Amino acid sequence: MSSEAKGQVMTANRLKDGDVVFLTRSGGWSEKIDEATLALEPLAVAALEARASEAVLANLVTGHYLFEATRVDGKIRADHIRERIRTLGPSVRLDLGKQADGTAGAFRPVEG
Amino acid sequence: MYRYDEFDAKFVKERTAQFRDQANRRLSGELSEDEFRPLRLMNGLYLQLHAYMLRVAIPYGTLSSKQMRQLAMIAEKWDKGYGHFTTRQNIQYNWIKLEDTADILQALADVEMHAIQTSGNCIRNVTSDHWAGAAADELADPRPVGELIRQWSSLHPEFSFLPRKFKFAITGAPHDRAAVRVHDIGLRLHKNDAGKIGWEVMVGGGQGRTPMIAVTVRDFLPQNELIAYMEAIMRVYNLFGRRDNKYKARIKILVHELGAENFRAEVEAEYARHPAQQTQVEEAELARIAQYFAVPTFEKASQATPVFEAAKRDNAEFARWARNNLAAHHVAGYTIVNISLKPEGGIPGDASAEQMRIMADLAEHHSFDELRVSHAQNIVLPHVKLEDAFAVWKKLNAHDLATANYGLLGDIIACPGLDYCALATARSIPIAQAISRKFSDVAQQENYGPLKINISGCINACGHHHVGHIGILGLDKKGEEFYQITLGGSSSENASIGGILGPGFAAHEVPDAIENILNTYVKLRNTGEEFLATYRRLGPKPFKEALYATT
Repeated sequence: MSSEAKGQVMTANRLKDGDVVFLTRSGGWSEKIDEATLALEPLAVAALEARASEAVLANLVTGHYLFEATRVDGKIRADHIRERIRTLGPSVRLDLGKQADGTAGAFRPVEG
Repeated sequence: MYRYDEFDAKFVKERTAQFRDQANRRLSGELSEDEFRPLRLMNGLYLQLHAYMLRVAIPYGTLSSKQMRQLAMIAEKWDKGYGHFTTRQNIQYNWIKLEDTADILQALADVEMHAIQTSGNCIRNVTSDHWAGAAADELADPRPVGELIRQWSSLHPEFSFLPRKFKFAITGAPHDRAAVRVHDIGLRLHKNDAGKIGWEVMVGGGQGRTPMIAVTVRDFLPQNELIAYMEAIMRVYNLFGRRDNKYKARIKILVHELGAENFRAEVEAEYARHPAQQTQVEEAELARIAQYFAVPTFEKASQATPVFEAAKRDNAEFARWARNNLAAHHVAGYTIVNISLKPEGGIPGDASAEQMRIMADLAEHHSFDELRVSHAQNIVLPHVKLEDAFAVWKKLNAHDLATANYGLLGDIIACPGLDYCALATARSIPIAQAISRKFSDVAQQENYGPLKINISGCINACGHHHVGHIGILGLDKKGEEFYQITLGGSSSENASIGGILGPGFAAHEVPDAIENILNTYVKLRNTGEEFLATYRRLGPKPFKEALYATT
C-alpha cells in the first residue's frame, strides 16, 4: 500500500549562487526536495515560515515561499509544474540543473 | 562599430566597481534584499527559476568578433556553456552566481559591453533593424542615431525612474524589420516630398497584456531636433504616466487614455517650451558617432559570381540555404547572411560557446568583423562577399548553424517560458520544438512561404505572440498548461495585433492545430499569396471553422 500526504514545502534561492533550495527538518537548506520538510498542518507551516525568515536575516537565502506538494512513499512531488521544473531543471535540457547534478527529486521527468 | 571613448570606459569601469561593492555588501548582510534588488536589476541581474540570470545589453544588436568571443568565454567560465539571444537583441545567461557577477561585468567592460539598463523602469537597450548598414532597401544606417539615443538615455537622471520600462526601436528602411510600431517609441527614417531625410516618430506601441500599435505623433522630424523631441515625449510621459497601477503604467496606456490628438498636443506644447538651442543634436557630435559606423571598404566586385553559382548548381542543400537565408545587400557582389539559431527541434535563440566562436571567426574573416543579433533570435553576418557564401555555409553547416529556414515556419520566436522564467505561466520552448519537428521538411516550409510563428509563455509577451502571423500564448488553467492561438499579427510596416481564434489547446494538440491552420491556408490561398495576405483577405472565419469543426 502506498502512503500519500499533502502539505507545503518551503523553498528559496541560495543567496550566493541562486541555487534552488528547500527547508529541511533540521532547519538547514537542501538542494534536494526529498530532504524537505512537508508541513502538514498550520503550526508546522508557521514554523517553516519562521525558520525561513531567520535564514533571510542570516543572508543564507532569498525569495522564499511555500508551495503545495505531496509525499508518496517517502518521496516529495511538487503539485504544480512550475515547482516540479524548479526541483528538476529545464524540461528542454535534461543535461542541466538538478536532474543532471544528481540533486533532483524522485519524480521525473516533467510531464505534460 | 562604436568604440568607447575615455568617458564611456571610465563610466563602465566605475559602475562595475560599484556593483562589486554592492554585491559584497549584500553577501555580508550589510544590504538587505529589498535594498539590493533595485541595484542588481539596474545591472541586469534577475533572480529566475533556477538561479540568477544576467541580461547583457547588445546596443542595436551590433557585436564585434571580439565581443562575441567574450560572450562565449563568459558562457563557458561562469555559466553552463551557452547563452540565449533574446527578442530584445540581447543575450541572457541562465545560471549565474551572485558571487561571480562583478567579475562577469568586468569581463564585459573589457570589451566595451555592460548590462546597465537591461532592467528597471528606465530607457532600455535601443533595438534596430538587424540589417542596418547593409540592407538594399535602406535610406541610411540608423545606428548612429541609436548610439546617440543610447548615450543620451544612459543614466539620464530625469528618466531613470519612469512610471515603467521604456523601449525604443529604430529603422532606416521602409520595410520594417525592427518592429517599430510595437515599441514605446518607434523611429522610422524616410524622405519627405522635398527629398529631405527625417524621422517619423511613433509613440505608444507595445505588446504585453494590452497590445497596441503606436500612433504617429510627428510624420517628419528633422534629425537635429530628435533628442529635444524625445525629451518632450519623455517629460509628458513622466508627468502624466500612471504610477498607481503597474499594468496601466506604460506610455501606450497614456496615449490611449488621453487620445492620440491630446497626447500629441501635450508633447508639442512641451516641445515648444524647450530652449531648442540647448538640446539640438550637435552635428559635430553626430558626425563623430557616425564615423564609427562608416561604410566598410567594400571590394569592387565583379557582377559575375562563378563560385557562388557553381555551388548552388552542385549542392542542393546550399542552394536552398542561399535561397532562404541570404538577403540583398546594398553593394553589388555582397550579401547578408542570416544564421538561423532554430535547428530542427532546437531551442530558439540558444547558441553554445563553440557556436559563438565559430560565428565570431566567420565575422572576422568574411564580414568586416561585424555580427548582428536579430529580434527574431538569429545572428546576422551583414557584409559577406557572395563568392565567400559557400565557404561560410560549409563552416556553419559543420556546426549545426546552417538550417535553411530563415523567415519560414521553422524560424520560430519563443521566449524562455516556464523552463527558465519566474514570470511564465507555461512552457514555450517545447511547443516550438514540437512544431519544428512536425514541420521539419524545409521544402514543405518553403511551400507555406514566409511565416512567423511566435510563442510566449505568459501574457507579458516576450515571445511577441501578438505580432506573429500565428501567435501562441501559453497560460495556466487550473495548474495545467494550455495554449491560445492568435492569427493575423504582424510587426512589419503594416503592423497588426493578432486576433484570438477560439478556445485554447493542450500542449500536445498545438502542432496539429497549426497544421490544420496551414492546410486551410493552402486550400484557400490565391497563387503566390502569403499566409498573412490570405488571412487578411478572408478573416478568421474559415480558419476557425476548420479548427473547431466537430464532425
